[in-house]
Amino acid sequence: MADLAIRPQDMQQELNPPLVTGGLSYRDITEKVSGICESKTPRSWYIAIGVTGSLTAVLGLMLAYLVANGIGVWGNNSPVGWAWDITNFVFWIGIGHAGTLISAILFLFRQRWRTSINRAAEAMTLFAVACAGIFPLFHVGRPWRAYWLFPVPNTDLNMWQNFRSPLLWDVFAVSTYATVSALFWYVGLLPDLATLRDRARSKLRQWVFGFLSLGWRGSARHWKHYEAAYLILAGLSTPLVLSVHTIVSFDFAVSVIPGWHTTIFPPYFVAGAIFSGFAMVITLMVIARQVLRLENLITLKHLDNMCKIILATGSIVGYSYAVEFFTAFFSGNPYERFTFLNRATGPYAWAVWTMFTCNVFAPQLFWFKKIRTSVPAMFAISIVVNIGMWFERFVIIVTSLHRDYLPASWGYFRPTVVDVLTFTGSIGLFLTLFLLFARFLPIIAVSEVKSVLHAQNAGH
Amino acid sequence: MPEAVSHKVQGMLGDFPTPEALLDAIHALRAKGYSRLDALTPFPVHGMEEALGENPSRLGYIVAAAGLAGAAAALLLQWWTGAVAYPLVIGGKPPFAFEFSIPITFELTVLFSAFAAVLGLLVLNGLPELYHPVMNASRFAGATDDRFLLVVDAADPAFHLEHTAELLRALGSEHTEVFEG
Repeated sequence: MADLAIRPQDMQQELNPPLVTGGLSYRDITEKVSGICESKTPRSWYIAIGVTGSLTAVLGLMLAYLVANGIGVWGNNSPVGWAWDITNFVFWIGIGHAGTLISAILFLFRQRWRTSINRAAEAMTLFAVACAGIFPLFHVGRPWRAYWLFPVPNTDLNMWQNFRSPLLWDVFAVSTYATVSALFWYVGLLPDLATLRDRARSKLRQWVFGFLSLGWRGSARHWKHYEAAYLILAGLSTPLVLSVHTIVSFDFAVSVIPGWHTTIFPPYFVAGAIFSGFAMVITLMVIARQVLRLENLITLKHLDNMCKIILATGSIVGYSYAVEFFTAFFSGNPYERFTFLNRATGPYAWAVWTMFTCNVFAPQLFWFKKIRTSVPAMFAISIVVNIGMWFERFVIIVTSLHRDYLPASWGYFRPTVVDVLTFTGSIGLFLTLFLLFARFLPIIAVSEVKSVLHAQNAGH
Repeated sequence: MPEAVSHKVQGMLGDFPTPEALLDAIHALRAKGYSRLDALTPFPVHGMEEALGENPSRLGYIVAAAGLAGAAAALLLQWWTGAVAYPLVIGGKPPFAFEFSIPITFELTVLFSAFAAVLGLLVLNGLPELYHPVMNASRFAGATDDRFLLVVDAADPAFHLEHTAELLRALGSEHTEVFEG
């Protein structure tokens, strides 16, 4: 192909700059990624899990205290019946969405850069959904009766669920999401578990990975059905992930509370979820890349692309904020107008402006390539976005509730120590699960990255 | 499980350095009349199905059937519990309507389909299958690392201990071995 008319970059736009750098071979990728979970556990890992494990223990204590005393130990009280618990639920569920977007939607769009980050992002999804589930589960007050949420025949409830309620839709959406994400993640892991099995030296590792990999051999017939299953799961997860945050937004939008009763909620929530999720992926992957020396597999190009998604979804979120305010004024409904005026200028104005600063203004810095390719800058902005997205849910939930129609039922929500420690503990649980994953399982999808490397070497 | 290995020749394995070399070898063997071939690779190789003469996966049909079953189950559940078994008037809404049934119907369609996709993948591949004779081959571990293996089943009518080995070597196999089990 010496013809100048065909420039190589026209054919390899997507692989230029390359997605695997440093001239790695297939063997190098196997060694690099498997080596992480085969090497001696570093001391820093023990220190990290000591900290996050302690926070998880705090979570356990707080939940035990809550079960023993009732949900009065939280700050929720009339008129603010939903507060940090539902804020935390929506916050964690939203974070999960980036993992599914990377594993499913980017796969359908043939975005090959997803391969280096999809495994860790999917793991993050599972752990975030696990954290999310805790809050509504304990908010019901009697978690041992949680099976009442499912149509399980029983002799103590003696009636069926109300399928007209968005809260029940949410139960189905979130539990389906958790199940399908786990299945998808496991299917993706199969070939890499087989790699670990074939490299295992100790009897224990041979048994564990031999069992988990189910006898995967990488046979042509295996791959044939595997590719079909992967495509189908991606096709199923794509509408699923959109439906989950849509249904979460129905929890609010189907009600008649000013500030919640808005048709823009589904797309606005989905964009916000992806926005917050990518911020969390950057937070985690920047650390993992640095600590585990994965710069040749998670390149600046990967990080740059994620920053662009944050910029795009952050702008959608900013637009949605503006539309909400516009609609409130344009509707002519005095209660809507009051709610939004109160939101921007009332007692929670500090939270609203924190939200605007973190979610609308901060990501605009990603218009600059210098910032998109600066690891410390993107790390800082990702933390800011994480904080901002927590505030977004807090603002939506608490500012809409705290001033009811009658001034007699106005109030100001203050979290209790239990509220704060439960949320902090859930961060501990999330990080503990991620640390365990990063220690014992391949953090990068080895077989998929090899496939990208093959395409890169073959020049198509 | 070396003690369980019986000494019956199960097939022959050729070890190739690249997916392209493996594909060329498969085409050549099939042209020579070999029909019971398999390839073990660390990642899916495009063109492998065609080279081996495999039919496309039928997994999609299984998933579609399961998805329909999920939708039917969801509608039946919501209709029966809401309108037949225990009708309650809540907010003046009808005991059953398609409109409010959509979210759960969608979720259960996806849930059933996903289970069908994963279970179908396992069943169609005969997994879990913790032991397979090809695992006795010394080069087997390369298939999950960086090697591209060609497996000729001993039951192939064209299989011959010496001729097949020679042919594999001529096609570029860097290591050729017989595996038993």
